[in-house]
Amino acid sequence: MNRPTTDHATLADKFNENEPRVNWHDETLWWVRAKRDRQAWSIPEWELLRETASQIKLNVLGNLHDYLTQFEQQALQNGAVVHWAADAAEHNRIVTDILQRHGVKRMVKSKSMLTEECHLNPHLEANGIDVIDTDLGERIVQLAKEPPSHIVLPCIHKKKEEIGELFHEHLGTPAGNADPQFLTAAARLHLRKEFLQSKAAITGVNFAVAETGEMVVCTNEGNADMGAHLADVHIACMGIEKIIPERKHLGVFLRLLARSATGQPITTYSSHFRKPAPGKELHIVIVDNGRSRQLGREDFRNSLKCIRCGACMNTCPVYRRSGGHSYHTAVAGPIGSILAPNLDMKDYADLPFASTLCGSCSNVCPVKIDIHQQLYKWRQVLVQEGHTSAAKTAGMKVMNAVLSKPGNFKKAGKMGRWVLRAFPGMVNNRFNPWYKQREMPAPPAQSFSEWYAQQQSTKK
Amino acid sequence: MTIKIATTVKVGLFIPCYIDQFYPQVGIATLQLLQKLGCEVEYPQGQTCCGQPMANSGYEHLTHQCNSLFVHNFAAYDYIVGPSGSCVLHIKEHLHDPANEPAAAGIRERIYELTAFLTDVLKVTALPARFPHKVGLHQSCHGQRGLGLAQMSELVAAPFSKPEQLLRMVAGLELIDLDRKDECCGFGGTFCVTEEAVSVKMGKDRVADHVKHGVEIITGTDVSCLMHLEGILRRQHQPVKVMHIAEILNQQIHEQANH
Repeated sequence: MNRPTTDHATLADKFNENEPRVNWHDETLWWVRAKRDRQAWSIPEWELLRETASQIKLNVLGNLHDYLTQFEQQALQNGAVVHWAADAAEHNRIVTDILQRHGVKRMVKSKSMLTEECHLNPHLEANGIDVIDTDLGERIVQLAKEPPSHIVLPCIHKKKEEIGELFHEHLGTPAGNADPQFLTAAARLHLRKEFLQSKAAITGVNFAVAETGEMVVCTNEGNADMGAHLADVHIACMGIEKIIPERKHLGVFLRLLARSATGQPITTYSSHFRKPAPGKELHIVIVDNGRSRQLGREDFRNSLKCIRCGACMNTCPVYRRSGGHSYHTAVAGPIGSILAPNLDMKDYADLPFASTLCGSCSNVCPVKIDIHQQLYKWRQVLVQEGHTSAAKTAGMKVMNAVLSKPGNFKKAGKMGRWVLRAFPGMVNNRFNPWYKQREMPAPPAQSFSEWYAQQQSTKK
Repeated sequence: MTIKIATTVKVGLFIPCYIDQFYPQVGIATLQLLQKLGCEVEYPQGQTCCGQPMANSGYEHLTHQCNSLFVHNFAAYDYIVGPSGSCVLHIKEHLHDPANEPAAAGIRERIYELTAFLTDVLKVTALPARFPHKVGLHQSCHGQRGLGLAQMSELVAAPFSKPEQLLRMVAGLELIDLDRKDECCGFGGTFCVTEEAVSVKMGKDRVADHVKHGVEIITGTDVSCLMHLEGILRRQHQPVKVMHIAEILNQQIHEQANH
């Protein structure tokens, strides 16, 4: 997968070169947000559900060790093999070993953001194993050699005509055919062949139930089931935070997940995987990859409550107008911007600044993560840790020098307004990013404080 | 018509830096409106900034001087009122002064955004104002989602809006419904220059929503958002104007009649 090396603002700038496309992207995702709103309003106790989910996850994060070991014991009793991976490299190694042991050269994988985060696909390909993503959206971006741009809607940035072209090139559909139903049928035939031939299947995990050792995988296409049931080896990859204590808690999370994600009452398939079928193998790979570090950061701990619904992306006015790829990380949008700096502060120092802190993300979050507050806090951490340009720090110090002394502020304000009036060209030029597409405010002759002082003196 | 309130409250007027420098008329309208409603208002000279531009950029640690200045300026008042949801929110969430923390805590409690002060403290039910125009309300995020000036469209909860409540008291004013009633305008402090493309696109989309519905005046509780929208409107040569809500609520009945 290509990993862009440039920052969010630059990538967003590029995305905005095609304004009609930005409009289309914005409206498509806003439509999903509106669907989500309708579903949320269909449940009178929606806000109570969110609060309940948030509290269940709080309990999980506070007792993660116990729930994980309980889950492991139950899973082992069920006949699964449990693997623990400290980081992405270990996760990739474990998966590769299992596949190589079974002589697998080509296999199917349903949606798993964790394997995206770990860059599993390129790792397997480097080891001579072809991976076929079976989620339709993921298959489309895979054919386009792109990473997903959204965790729930991986190819939301692609128009149907572009998908028609991709299918024409890779699956031999007629040129110019962009009928979604036709293309879906073509994908179905193509994927069915892969399902039938695949000896191994990788799935993600939406919820891992500590009480029973079972895993729940939610899809709309049934592709996780097709893969896992037809293959001899099922490898389920999960982050340590996917745990829920008891099966009954699914009644909270399953009601929230699809409503928040796509505005559906529930995903078409909510499949429970508990034990391997006779003669088959079930492997569960439990991955940390920085999560325990995040758990230790008090301000950012509850980002681990995330159930990967993507609602924060759909509502984010920045995401809708910059596209998922502008975040240059597996999990884009507001939630990605508070998770990514934990993985690598230097690489993702730009992301917490790719927000106006409008707070809409925190309001739609089904587990009530205070996303915008964490964005603010990450900004403080990133500056303190030195992941900011020297020019910005110098600028901030000058700003502070002006603003912390009333005398300086008065002088600078007077001077600034005078410059704007006398020499507008000094400010209204191409070096001023404000002026590129906006007029500067018209500078008044008198500030409010000057006016007020004048009023007071005339009164006396 | 003048409105009397039971006891005179002593209000410290907080005029954020960019309003002081670029939009003095908003400060004047706020002052006059509060006086009209019976408040004893003082503007402590020597105000600068709440510190938000630094803090939102990750430099909250540089804001201690702005903080102690703010505490020095406002500790003595019953209420501190400012015509900006964003700056008021910043003070409410981040004002600290190690030298005088009780005073800082008191200010955090007693500071109000103008419309919330009118509806919640003064409990205004009528206003002597007339403004016969089609007005679109821009719900600034920090006021709305941060201070709770209005219900948020994301939540399954009963609707309310303090700014709307006040605008509906203005004679002749027609409040226009928008397609997206609480979408961010993209100003976002330094975001407006560091993420210029997205910031402007967000602003253009907000402007288009108002224009589409025939709005003549875009109003709001934050001048920062309005400054950004105004910059776009002027560049596009749109006839639509922006006015802070204080300017509308302060419109005299007879002034309008003379026009």
